[in-house]
Amino acid sequence: MAIFINENTPILVQGFTGRIGTFHAQEMIDYGTNVVGGVTPGKGGSTHLGRPVFNTMKGAVDETKAEASIVFVPPPFAADAIMEAADAGIKYCVCITDGIPTQDMIRVKRYMRRYKKENRMVLTGPNCAGTISPGKAMLGIMPGHIYMPGRVGIVGRSGTLGYEAASQLKALGIGVSTSVGIGGDPINGSSFKDVLEHFAEDPETDAVMMIGEIGGPQEAEAGEYIRDHFKKPVVAYIAGLSAPKGRRMGHAGAIVSAFGESASEKVDILANCGVAIAPTPSEMGATVQKVLAARKAA
Amino acid sequence: MDIHEYQAKELLSKFNVPVPRGGLAYSPEQAVYRANEIGGSRWVVKAQIHSGARGKAGGIKVCKSDSEIESAAEGLLGKKLVTVQTGPSGKLVSRLYIEEATDIDKEIYLSFVMDRAAERIVVVSSAAGGMDIEEISHSQPDTIIKVQVDPAVGMQGFQAREVAFGLGAEPEIISKLERVILGCYRAFRDLDASMLEINPLVITKQKQVVALDAKMSFDENALFRRPQIAELRDKSQEDPRETYANDRGLSYVGLDGDIGCIVNGAGLAMATLDMIKLAGGEPANFLDIGGGASPERVTKSFKAVLRDKNVKAILVNVFAGINRCDWVAKGVVDAIKELDIKIPIVVRLAGTNVEEGRKIIDQSGLTMISAETLADAANKAVSAAKNAA
Repeated sequence: MAIFINENTPILVQGFTGRIGTFHAQEMIDYGTNVVGGVTPGKGGSTHLGRPVFNTMKGAVDETKAEASIVFVPPPFAADAIMEAADAGIKYCVCITDGIPTQDMIRVKRYMRRYKKENRMVLTGPNCAGTISPGKAMLGIMPGHIYMPGRVGIVGRSGTLGYEAASQLKALGIGVSTSVGIGGDPINGSSFKDVLEHFAEDPETDAVMMIGEIGGPQEAEAGEYIRDHFKKPVVAYIAGLSAPKGRRMGHAGAIVSAFGESASEKVDILANCGVAIAPTPSEMGATVQKVLAARKAA
Repeated sequence: MDIHEYQAKELLSKFNVPVPRGGLAYSPEQAVYRANEIGGSRWVVKAQIHSGARGKAGGIKVCKSDSEIESAAEGLLGKKLVTVQTGPSGKLVSRLYIEEATDIDKEIYLSFVMDRAAERIVVVSSAAGGMDIEEISHSQPDTIIKVQVDPAVGMQGFQAREVAFGLGAEPEIISKLERVILGCYRAFRDLDASMLEINPLVITKQKQVVALDAKMSFDENALFRRPQIAELRDKSQEDPRETYANDRGLSYVGLDGDIGCIVNGAGLAMATLDMIKLAGGEPANFLDIGGGASPERVTKSFKAVLRDKNVKAILVNVFAGINRCDWVAKGVVDAIKELDIKIPIVVRLAGTNVEEGRKIIDQSGLTMISAETLADAANKAVSAAKNAA
């Protein structure tokens, strides 16, 4: 079943005809993703990669019945594109764009709250590698071949560290149900907890690998949720043990500015909540394997 | 991006936030001239560096005469000021701000930050001004007032008054405080700030509300639409290694170790630093070369890492997704040849076209140490750095 996307999900590409949009749309199509069209304002009516191009998201959704979208729009216009997707009735949106101003994301989050929870679009990202349900659909920029289909969910801030986890799992013969990137920005569409809630409901996910990093309150929030509500085993790795306080480590959100935001504090919080900790980034796969074996034995 | 106190004050005064009269000086002579321009009998000479806690470090001096100003300026200009926030190397003082002295009655703490949990701008204030906020939240947490701003409508007058009354201000001060708080909020919002701190905001003996200090940082992702803010950047306050790398589009943070790191992706780069530490080494830098690690970007990265003379070994760790390993490998080989690099280089490639990539490394005829896993790469880099030391 996977979460968010599967082989049937009809998908639109926002920023379809640009260089980056074109390249990744083609990769997604080659992976078998059901890309039904795209939006580039002013290019409506034309055809791109064998799919129709629309001027507006509303027009595109009316015509194609798309349920998900992916945003490749440059930072100054990305917030606008996300709100357009939400308004057009898209259920799930991935924003890849890196560099969106924080206040734009605050406005996006506020705007989305105008829709009732049952009609509200789920956003993951921005500044992420996207989401993949291996063997089914890819809504992102990851190399699809490193993911083996299976029953472990992945949720993480970082793209390449997620690749690292997926390939470690694959080397151990462990597959992935869905891998979700929540992105490295301080204000993001979905938190770790938001994504875990979806994994909790997915009968095809047995365990979750969570990849966090320094900065922000979302890992600690997820820890409390796992302790009180999440029944499946969770393995976590937190990057940035060696990061100095007050320095931004690449991601706009990766900065220790308050108590509980450093890697070691987050590790302690998660461990206290019953999460299995991968002590080093090269032991993410092995820790998942250990947890799965213990679960089988129990 | 950080700016200087005098720049923050100039910006804030345009949003109706009263600041003491002052002027900028680059020399002792100019400092005296500025003081005479301002008039009065007491002045404050303030070192302009990107750091708080300047007072405790001797960067702020109260003066009563021309000769005192001259000697204070003499003592500060061209020196490196070391505060608890600058690290042991300190920051160069090349500008002074000369201000009229203020008769302080009360000191207030006022700041605006992005609250990541609430996803809103939050005002934080306390009547225990003058101390830093960590100190206040430790010793007098009850004095802290927090108000969240709804982004749909912005900050309202009643919210500013809630803060003002919460501070226990006298009735005649309330409306003045309200104006300052709303002005700060508008400055924060309209200029895409990420942090604004006035500590202290003072109530003078003449019952005026004045921002005695001001600190502002800005969202770098929003600088494209704030050219007037981007202009305020002062490169002399940055680590020169970082200025060099950042000016070339690389995400770089200078550290104190001897193993240079070139990695794609911020998360993987942080994880690589962690692995080096766990293997008993010390990283010299954080460096994310970003997506699409073209051969040119790889060469640029080597140049940036090698500007740090402490670097004794380099670890290249690339998990190629869209950028293929063979392409990255070619970049590494080209860079080593072009830059004639003599120190040991450990290369770990993974992902798309990894075999082709390794082949290029192995057949280059250059002495590189290739590694298979993250742990393997870190161990090899640490022992290479130790042997080179």
